[in-house]
Amino acid sequence: MSPVSDDRNALSWFFTGMRGLLSLPALILLTSIVGFSAFALESGLTRAEAVFMSLAIWALPAQVILVGSMASGANIAACFLAVTLSSIRMMPMVASVVPEMRTRRTPIWLLLILSHFIAITSWVFAITTLRNVPREYRAVYFAGFGVTLTLTGTLVVGVFYDIVSGFPPTVAGVLFFLTPVYFNASIWASAHQPVVKIAFVMGVILGPTLALVTPQFDVLCAGVGGGTVAYLIDRARRKKKHVGQGAGR
Amino acid sequence: MIAEYWTFIVIAVAGFLATDIWRWLGVFTGNRLNEDSEALYWVRAVATSLVMAVTAKLIVFPNGTLAGTPLWLRVGAAGIGFAVFVATGRKVGVGVAVPMALLVAGIWWGGF
Repeated sequence: MSPVSDDRNALSWFFTGMRGLLSLPALILLTSIVGFSAFALESGLTRAEAVFMSLAIWALPAQVILVGSMASGANIAACFLAVTLSSIRMMPMVASVVPEMRTRRTPIWLLLILSHFIAITSWVFAITTLRNVPREYRAVYFAGFGVTLTLTGTLVVGVFYDIVSGFPPTVAGVLFFLTPVYFNASIWASAHQPVVKIAFVMGVILGPTLALVTPQFDVLCAGVGGGTVAYLIDRARRKKKHVGQGAGR
Repeated sequence: MIAEYWTFIVIAVAGFLATDIWRWLGVFTGNRLNEDSEALYWVRAVATSLVMAVTAKLIVFPNGTLAGTPLWLRVGAAGIGFAVFVATGRKVGVGVAVPMALLVAGIWWGGF
């Protein structure tokens, strides 16, 4: 294959990734971002600060926590702690996508840059669609989606900053519901391995339960605890199946 | 001068750095995992549980106007919607439309 046709392929995969912007998940996220821009305005952030925050963090929960901490007058160290504790989940999310996204030759700096664009929506996009893309084009395909989504989301913050406060509050509330029900459906639909389904159920049960018990570390405990239990159940299941097959032969 | 840019500095340190260090650690960890390794099974399970914990909390403990609706309506809409989604062949459009319709219907008739 000539390098020229390789380039064209890479570019066309970039555009294929970009087209993901018109998918249901991306549109739902952009709607939630409209809600964030209203929250930023109410909390006293300027338009420029809200735009900078969207681009710099690109994770809605962390943004909401930072705005909340800043509005409550917390100092920079307290803000850092609150945000970083809520963002630990980024590590397993990124770590679970990287082995599927890279080839043996993918440079680490590229993965480090691309990791900034991984948040919940693009993580779901990655685990759902990467497997349908030839391995050597997965990084460029994800870049097409991730970078475009981040830039569009940031643009939405800038444009809707002072428009959305005029919306009726019920509309905003109903729109807020879109995000979780979309995650429920898409993550379950993309779960090809039983371990993911068990982990799904664990997270749903443990998340709200632990929020009552340990509100600071609920998500972390639910993730590590629920994920580990799910893994152990799945491993026992696989071993049993394996033994069963062995006995049958 | 510093005061003018202080908010931006806070966002860069307590926002950008506070989130991206975990993303970078994820790259270094994930780069060592093989696609079919036992460790990746575990990492996938942890990532899924984390995301679902965040998701379930958005339904059970929402922010803003949605917090004014009763818990049974939100959990019922999401739960029944999910059951319909699984029963009808796992179409994501169904999984989104049914819970949304149930929520809107509940708000409409309940007057919340």
